[in-house]
Amino acid sequence: MSGSEKLHDVTIEVNGVRKTIAVEARKLLVHLIREDLGLTGTHVGCDTSQCGACTVEIDGRAVKSCTLLAVMADGASITTIEGLAGPGTELSPIQAAFHEHHALQCGFCTPGMVMSVRQLLKDQPDPSEHEIRHALAGNICRCTGYHNIVRAVESLTSKGDQP
Amino acid sequence: MIPAAFDYVRASSLAQVIDLLHDDPDGTKLVAGGHTLLPALKLRLASPALLIDIGSLTELKGIEISETSIKIGALTTHTELLASELLSKELPVFSQAASLIADPQVRNRGTIGGSLANADPAADWPAVVVALQAEIEIAGTNGLRRVAAKDFFVDIFSTVLEPNEILASIHIPQPKAGMRFIYRKIRHPASGFAVVGIAVGVRLQQGVVADISIGVTGAASHAFAGQQAADFLTGRTLSRQNIDQAAKLLSETTECLSDRYASAEYRANLIRIETTRALLALSS
Repeated sequence: MSGSEKLHDVTIEVNGVRKTIAVEARKLLVHLIREDLGLTGTHVGCDTSQCGACTVEIDGRAVKSCTLLAVMADGASITTIEGLAGPGTELSPIQAAFHEHHALQCGFCTPGMVMSVRQLLKDQPDPSEHEIRHALAGNICRCTGYHNIVRAVESLTSKGDQP
Repeated sequence: MIPAAFDYVRASSLAQVIDLLHDDPDGTKLVAGGHTLLPALKLRLASPALLIDIGSLTELKGIEISETSIKIGALTTHTELLASELLSKELPVFSQAASLIADPQVRNRGTIGGSLANADPAADWPAVVVALQAEIEIAGTNGLRRVAAKDFFVDIFSTVLEPNEILASIHIPQPKAGMRFIYRKIRHPASGFAVVGIAVGVRLQQGVVADISIGVTGAASHAFAGQQAADFLTGRTLSRQNIDQAAKLLSETTECLSDRYASAEYRANLIRIETTRALLALSS
């Protein structure tokens, strides 16, 4: 890498904290989040925008941070998995439902899954099983077979209120 | 994967973009959602000297509906097309087609203008805009020009866009009352792209086809209009026999792509089947 590569100032709000960081134009947003900010809950899975492990929320919408340049996020407000519950605090309802329903095994895909579910429940507070599966089409899990993930999300809908 | 180094500018006006493109048309790339370009940069299939981020150009955003036409800004995302109630009321085919594109995260970033300008032979919007008889508005140093969607796509990843031009918007003439559109696709199981996608618009008058237009994607090197099949059905009823004949015509008039997933023969057969299904759905 050339030592003289031009740097661009990126100002972003991450989990409510505003920061300005100088980055190379080619730096991926996920690398800024993990390496510059140390927020390693956002994972890099496939690095090809297929698996969704790197899903974060930008200006209220779930996106795959491996397929965005950090400079493109300048001025944006970002929520990562760390923004949902900090160390020693109570889990967010989605995280608690995943825990309760054993919706993870290795846990690698979980942060991305949780961020996608957050988007789904904002758009459709009471999704059907089909809608849940359709909404998670951009997140791949190689352990659970998805069944318990869907059950966890269902527990947060009107279906979950039934005995 | 890390892209090769490039310089980056966030554009603040369309005029600025056109100036920058004029300076170095071959070394410059435009980025909006970035969901096609970023993977290409990471694989180093593309190594521009300059990347112009057009993502904040408000003049390329939004949906405007008038009595005579519908204008869709190039930067309108798939999610916005999926969720627009105003657009769904006029042309539900937009939300129907958008829901078949990729996944929610990708739809949140990907734009219709990017999809059309990139001209992936398996992209969905090309078939839809061809069937809608849309015009593509292009901005360049000489101002604006419009090209019929059916003439916009030239070859694999190739359109009539010159290196110093930018796709600005899509203009759709208000369809005649009673015109109904449908988009059907066979999804590639891994990529989600269209192995074959068929968009059809039909207006029936006393059971006879008064207007019809067909757009096809996925099958050939670029999206195209199924003119021969449309001409055949005009003035005829949508009987099963006529539908079968039109679908056969369409599948035979095309030189299909062949790849590891689908042979040319298989794609031709999918054209026949999906055209039949689309026309049957519009016949009732």
